[in-house]
Amino acid sequence: METILLQLLNGLDKGSAYALIALGLTLIFGTLGVVNFAHGAIFMIGAFCAVTLSKLLNLSFETIDPDKVDFLGNPAKIKTPYVEAWFGPEFGHALIDWSVPLAILFSIPIMIVVGFAMERGLIKHFYKRPHADQILVTFGLAIVLQEIIKYFYGANPISTPAPDAFKGSFDFGAMLGFDPNLIIYPYWRLIYFGFAAVVIGAVFSFLQFTTFGMVVRAGMADRETVGLLGINIDRRFTIMFGLASAVAGVAGVMYAPILSPNYHMGMDFLVLCFVVVVVGGMGSLPGAVAAGFLLGILESFSSMNAVKSVLPGIDQIIIYVVAIVILLTRPRGLMGKKGVMEE
Amino acid sequence: MFGLNKKDRSFLLIVIALTLLTPILLQPFPAGSELAQFNGGYPDLMQKIAIFGIFAVGFNILFGLTGYLSFGHAAFLGIGSYAAVWMMKLLTMNVIPAIMLAMVVSGLFAAAIGYVSLRRSGIYFSILTLAFAQMSYKMAYSVLTPLTNGETGLQLALDDPRILDGAAEGSSLPVTNIFGLAMNSSYKLEALGRVFTFNVGYYFCAFIAILAFYVAIRLFRSPFGMMLRAVKSNQQRMTYTGLDPKPYTLAAFVISGMYAGLAGGLLAAMDPLAGADRMLWTASGEVVIMTILGGAGTLMGPVLGAGVIKYLENIFSKINEGVLHGWFSFLPDGVEDVVIWIFARFTGEGWHLTLGVTFMLVVTFLPGGLIEGLRRLSKRIKHGSQKRDKYDDPDPEHRPDPGKRVAGE
Repeated sequence: METILLQLLNGLDKGSAYALIALGLTLIFGTLGVVNFAHGAIFMIGAFCAVTLSKLLNLSFETIDPDKVDFLGNPAKIKTPYVEAWFGPEFGHALIDWSVPLAILFSIPIMIVVGFAMERGLIKHFYKRPHADQILVTFGLAIVLQEIIKYFYGANPISTPAPDAFKGSFDFGAMLGFDPNLIIYPYWRLIYFGFAAVVIGAVFSFLQFTTFGMVVRAGMADRETVGLLGINIDRRFTIMFGLASAVAGVAGVMYAPILSPNYHMGMDFLVLCFVVVVVGGMGSLPGAVAAGFLLGILESFSSMNAVKSVLPGIDQIIIYVVAIVILLTRPRGLMGKKGVMEE
Repeated sequence: MFGLNKKDRSFLLIVIALTLLTPILLQPFPAGSELAQFNGGYPDLMQKIAIFGIFAVGFNILFGLTGYLSFGHAAFLGIGSYAAVWMMKLLTMNVIPAIMLAMVVSGLFAAAIGYVSLRRSGIYFSILTLAFAQMSYKMAYSVLTPLTNGETGLQLALDDPRILDGAAEGSSLPVTNIFGLAMNSSYKLEALGRVFTFNVGYYFCAFIAILAFYVAIRLFRSPFGMMLRAVKSNQQRMTYTGLDPKPYTLAAFVISGMYAGLAGGLLAAMDPLAGADRMLWTASGEVVIMTILGGAGTLMGPVLGAGVIKYLENIFSKINEGVLHGWFSFLPDGVEDVVIWIFARFTGEGWHLTLGVTFMLVVTFLPGGLIEGLRRLSKRIKHGSQKRDKYDDPDPEHRPDPGKRVAGE
C-alpha cells in the first residue's frame, strides 16, 4: 500500500510535465492543424529562462575586504550580487533564492514573443503543406533552437535550485497514519503538481468561459464559418499559439529544479509527449491531459521492484507498449474525435 | 542490358563511374596546399557516404514512393549492426555471412514492426515507428544487455569461438575481411601531387551500393513501384479499383528495412562494433534529413543527400577559428573578427546549426530537395529566365499532390 501510494505520487510530477506539454501540442494542433516538433524546444527554452534569471540575479561585483586574507595571503575578494547592494542584503537574497518562481513572470512575455515569432515567421507558411513537411520544418527549427541554446549555455546541465523554503520533503506517511519516512515527497514536486493543475484549469476555463475562448473553440470546430462571420480567426489562432508556447515555457521554468536544464531536454520530452498526444487522441484537450497523467503514473508504477522482477526492463518501455496497444485497439486514441487526422 | 531502358542504363553507368572514381574525385586539391583539408578522399568518409547512401535509398523506397514517413528506421540499422557483429563473433570474420544475416534479421524485424505500424497511416504511423525504435533502443540498453553488451557496445573479443576461422592467432583482434582480403587494407597512389587512397572496404561498400542502387532502379520502374506510387497518390481510389494497398506497403517497409539492415551490417563490417546509439531517434531523423535534402521520391536524391551531409559533416567539423583566421586575414581587423565570429558559429562544433538551418531552408523553399534545385537550374539555363508555367512540369510524379489540406487560409 505504501509503495503504491508513493509511486502514485512519483508519477504525478512527471505526468504533470507531460500533461502541460501535451496540452500545448494539442492546442496548436487543434487550432492551427500543425504538428509542431519544436514544442519540446520551447519547453527547453522555458527552463533556460529560469537559468538566465538566476544568472542575472547572481551577477556580482567584487570588493576587496582589507581585514581578511585568503589562503595565499592576498586580500580576500568578496562577491556581492548587485541586487543585494541595491535592495539590501535581505530582500536581495530573497530575490536570488526565489529566482525560479520569479522566472515564471519573466518567461511568460518571452515565450509569447517566441511563439508569435515562430508562428508568424515560419509556421504560417506551412498551413497548406502536408503534415510531413510541417513535421520536417519544425524538426529543423528544433535543431536550430537547441544549438543556439547550446552555444550560449554549454552542453552540461546547469543546476537551478528551488527556493530554500521548499527544499525539504513532505511526509505523507505520517499524515495518513503510516510509519513516518515511508512516503516522503519533495515539496517542490508537490508544488509542481499543484502548479500544473492550476495552469491546466486556467487554460480550460479560458477556453470555456470567455468570449475569446468560445470563438477559438468555434474556430476549431469550423474555421471557415467563423471566418465568414467576419471574425479574424487567424489572429486568434496566432494568440493561441503564443498561449500554448507560454504553457510549455512555464512548464519548463518550474521543471528546472527537478531536472537540471540541458540543451537536449526538450527533445527527450518531445518524443514522449507526442506519444502522449497520440494516446490521448489528436485534437482532444482533455485526452492529452488525461493521457499525460496516466502515462506518467504508469511509468512510475512500472519502475517498482515488484513489477521489474516479473518483467525486467518494463519501466523503460512501458509508455511505448501502452501507446502501441492503444493505437491498435482504439485508433483515435483515448478521447480522439472523429475526423481528426484521418486520411 | 540489365533490363533497363536506354536512359536508365546510361544513368546507372554514370552512377557506377562516379562511385568507382570517388577516391579520385573527392581528392581535388593537392596535398599540402591550403585547401587540402577539403579533400574527402579518405576511406572512412567514403565508406560512410556509400553506406548512408544505401540507407537513404532504402528509406526512400518507403517514404518517397508510398509517402509513409517512418521516424524509426534507425532501429533496423542498429539491429543489422548487432546481427553482423554476432556473426563475426560466432562464425567467421568474412563479411559476407555477416551482411546476409544482418539483412535477414532486420527484414524479420521490419516485417513484424511493419505489420503492426502499417495498420495506421499519417502521423500515427510516424509515432508508432518512433515508439518501436525507441523501444528497441531502450531494450538494447536494459533487458537485452546479454545480447547487446549494453552501453559498452558489442565488440569482438579474443576468446570468441569464430568456428570457421579457427583459433585466433596471436594477441591481436582479427580484422574483417572478404575471403582473406582485409577490409582496412588500401593501396595508395601518389600522382599529380595528390595522394589517392584506394581502400578495399570502400570498394566493397561501393560494389554493394551499386547493386542496391540497381535494385532500386528496377523497383522504381516496376509495376510494383507503380503500385507504391498509387498508395501515395490516393489509397481510397486504389481500394476502389479492387487492390489492397496493405501487402504493397508492407513489402515496401520490409524492403526498406532490409536496406537499413544492409547498411548496418556494412557499418559493422567496416568497423566491427555495434552500439545502441545507432538506434536513437536522432539517427532516424538523420536519414529523413538526408532523403529530403536530396529529394524524396527521386532515384539519385537520397544518395546525393547522404553524400552532401556526410561530406559536410566531416569537413565542417574540422574548420575551427584558426582556419577561419587564415581565410579572412585579408579583411580589416574589426570586420575580420565579426566575420570569423559568424562563421565560427556554423562550423566546428556548430555543424548541427548549419544542418538545421539548411534543412529548414530546403523544406521551405525547395520541397523537392537538391534534385529539384538542379532541375530548376538546368531548366532556367535552357529556357532563359522566362516565367515558369506550373503545368509545364517535366516530372509530375515527383511533385505529388500535397495531400489532405488542413486549415485553409
